[in-house]
Amino acid sequence: MTSKLVTTDVLVIGGGLAGERCAIEAATAGHEALILSLVPPRRSHSCAAQGGMQASLANCVKAEGDSPTVHFLDTVRGSDWGADQEVANIFAEEAPVAVRELAHYGVPWSRVRGGKNHYFIKGEEVDIDEPLENDGLIGQRDFGGTAKWRACYAAAGTGHAALYAVDSEVVRLGIEVRDRVEAVALIHDGSRCLGAVARCLRTGAHFAVMAKATVIATGGYGRIYGQYTTNATINEGTGASIALDTGIVPLGNMEAVQFHPTALSPSGILVTEGCRGDGGYLLDKNLERFMVEREPQKQELASRDVVSRHMAEVMRGGDGVESPYGPHLWLDIRHLGEEHLRTKLLEVWDICRDFVGRNPAEELIPVRPTQHYSMGGVRVNKDGQAYGLGGLFAVGEAACWDMHGFNRLGGNSLAETLVSGRIVGRRVAEYVSGYELRADTGIALDALKAAEQRAAAWLARSGNGPSVYEIRDAMGETMMHKVGIFRTGEELTEAVAELGQLLDDCDNAVLRSKDPGLNPELAFAMRLRGMLRLAMTVAKGALARTESRGAHFRTDFPVRNDSDWLNRTLVRWGMDEGMPTFSYESTGLIDLPPGHRGYGSDERIEMTTTLDDYNKNVLADQIRHGRLDSDEEMGSRLRRGAWKTATG
Amino acid sequence: MSETTRQLRFEIFRYNPEDADSEPHTDVFELEETPFMTLYIALNQIREKFDPGLQFDFACRSAICGSCAMMVNGRPALACRTLTSDLPDKICLYPLPVFKLIGDLSVDTGTWFRAMVERTEAWIHERLPFDPDATEERMSDDIAAAIYENDRCIECGCCVAACGAANIDSAFLAGAGLNRIARFQMDPRDQRTDADWFEVLASEQGVFACIGMMACEDVCPKELPLLDVYGYLRRKSLATALSSREK
Repeated sequence: MTSKLVTTDVLVIGGGLAGERCAIEAATAGHEALILSLVPPRRSHSCAAQGGMQASLANCVKAEGDSPTVHFLDTVRGSDWGADQEVANIFAEEAPVAVRELAHYGVPWSRVRGGKNHYFIKGEEVDIDEPLENDGLIGQRDFGGTAKWRACYAAAGTGHAALYAVDSEVVRLGIEVRDRVEAVALIHDGSRCLGAVARCLRTGAHFAVMAKATVIATGGYGRIYGQYTTNATINEGTGASIALDTGIVPLGNMEAVQFHPTALSPSGILVTEGCRGDGGYLLDKNLERFMVEREPQKQELASRDVVSRHMAEVMRGGDGVESPYGPHLWLDIRHLGEEHLRTKLLEVWDICRDFVGRNPAEELIPVRPTQHYSMGGVRVNKDGQAYGLGGLFAVGEAACWDMHGFNRLGGNSLAETLVSGRIVGRRVAEYVSGYELRADTGIALDALKAAEQRAAAWLARSGNGPSVYEIRDAMGETMMHKVGIFRTGEELTEAVAELGQLLDDCDNAVLRSKDPGLNPELAFAMRLRGMLRLAMTVAKGALARTESRGAHFRTDFPVRNDSDWLNRTLVRWGMDEGMPTFSYESTGLIDLPPGHRGYGSDERIEMTTTLDDYNKNVLADQIRHGRLDSDEEMGSRLRRGAWKTATG
Repeated sequence: MSETTRQLRFEIFRYNPEDADSEPHTDVFELEETPFMTLYIALNQIREKFDPGLQFDFACRSAICGSCAMMVNGRPALACRTLTSDLPDKICLYPLPVFKLIGDLSVDTGTWFRAMVERTEAWIHERLPFDPDATEERMSDDIAAAIYENDRCIECGCCVAACGAANIDSAFLAGAGLNRIARFQMDPRDQRTDADWFEVLASEQGVFACIGMMACEDVCPKELPLLDVYGYLRRKSLATALSSREK
């Protein structure tokens, strides 16, 4: 029998790579950590990361000259200048350490083979001699939007290998994991987070966890796009949702939603960018490589936002391949050869066989852009400390840290989970040292009772209301078709209205299964309102942002506007408030001045202030928006001007 | 393509051990087959149209996370990648045996696999502390690829469910557990010796408890070379036993 009240030092909500790496850091420092996870941790969505983890190890010829500085440049350009540049720099500097640490944990990284190697680069077959002195070092492959080969990989199962190694470390350290448990509310007193109310999905029982620090590591919210996502069924944004419910903690850049160019049509299952990195092509219905003309420089390896937009345009222009599920395009990796496909891209081979019944060495793969990644999330400072509530941290995809800005580069999220897990974990450990647990059980029991009442209210409601699954499907259609790759004010306005209606419907929805315990319909119903609220923040945020930046593209405002929109969207929405409140904070200290990304459009509206004037206001502005103090002062990890010496 | 759409008849095991009134039984549901229908699609349709209480597990729905293994017409399989077009009109779905039942088609694989990881200490042993400033240790790409081949196990439990020995003694390490041992034994970073492994391998739940039916390899959705794993570990254990007698 589970106790109604549990205490620990560090509560980690989410058992994927970011959460587990964070817990390892806390446990290593001698603190007790408790991980709550919707699924056994090895089934977390981290396991689905395929092609690589970006880190500038520069061990192969096409990576020569790479460095954290070049990685920083690529990341900021990829973000369309939406990233916090100091965070991007911390990330780029520490990514190589994170990759090597995984090797230490046991990840079987693919290694450099000294001597002649056969590659496909921009449509050409090339033989390159890898220096013998690099033989056996961790190898890199090409990915989109990068100047150098930087993605370290274990075939196309990089996330799987990393997650198993990290989870084994969690087991070795004896960290307690409770799986099939969902955090349904944060416990807080208005200024400090005291833990979370959790619900056991096996029994339906609620319990409160009181902790000195609480970490949200629940991943993205792709499932607000219904079936139009590569994400696992568990990526329902539960962590972002309970943070939003506080009305105190803001979410950042919710409208920044990534669409991955190559998801299988129609299932939406991801096919790694490593396919194009290793030399794969995108073809239209005439079997033409449309990316060569559209992006002569990067071709298929421009950033994901840019490639997805070109693909959507090609399909709109009638050059997609028609199917009963709508148009798609082709991914062609036949020329890479069966041996390469069955080793370096083994998981892609399996997926093609299992889900479209095709042999990718002989047949084309049907793909189309599909929701993939949530750049937005719980807004935190560079230590991972959430805005507004002391003792609350967020890490990984659930957080808006914010190294991705408006577009994440492939392979940077897997790297982020480990890098930020290490850094935030260290800060969490420092935070809880010498901090006495405040066992304010009154607040906890009130929160517990409120959560129990919400579940009971769902079960008590009767009548002919809509089903929760109908509402979910309608939400997915609205999000994909009106808050998708191309957005307009008109469609976004419709989306906001439709989501408002769905929120009303949700209040009238009726469950058909009344079991208070093991009840999948109730478990989903309890998340649905939160998902609709997240969807609303995405749609409203997108409507308000009258420019195009990274993955957020407004056909009615097609140009990036650094004069008015070089900022981060923040949204707060208390559980009982009618509509969300938006505000806009400075993006962060700017070192690399806004410019052309090197791919995509070169049109933009320039900044009207000087960088000095912009940077002068950042700290005060962010504090005004709820930023709490970081351990080191703002800007301490920005290497000002370092990029000037790098040739990215 | 067949001219007529098939009507599929699903016979599904039902039981909720948390509910004192629940009795194990099967329920029947009928669905019209659609192109590329997988059991993931079918089961969600059944839950959403007919029985919202039906319990099953999916996460990635792309055969990577290992959540959705179940008995499909008597054979363990990942439901997400099982196409109904590969099955007859009548489809019987049961939960995996060996693992503790959570409800209907959902079983607790998490607890079993965590215990396995603890028992085999499935992590690199006797390392020097990590040095963040050092270049990585070298490893040949061939060895890395060989380790990766065994590292690919997704802990879905199909091999455990199909295993005669595990069905008699659920503590038997089975294909997944022994594969995990082989993966670390071949890793040059792991300093454990054959003698260190001997205790686990030669125990009653170790490699010699296998009764040799080798269903594990037949049902493994990742096509792991489990036959080779058994051969490799038995040879290693025998060599260790013989060399210790000679001493």
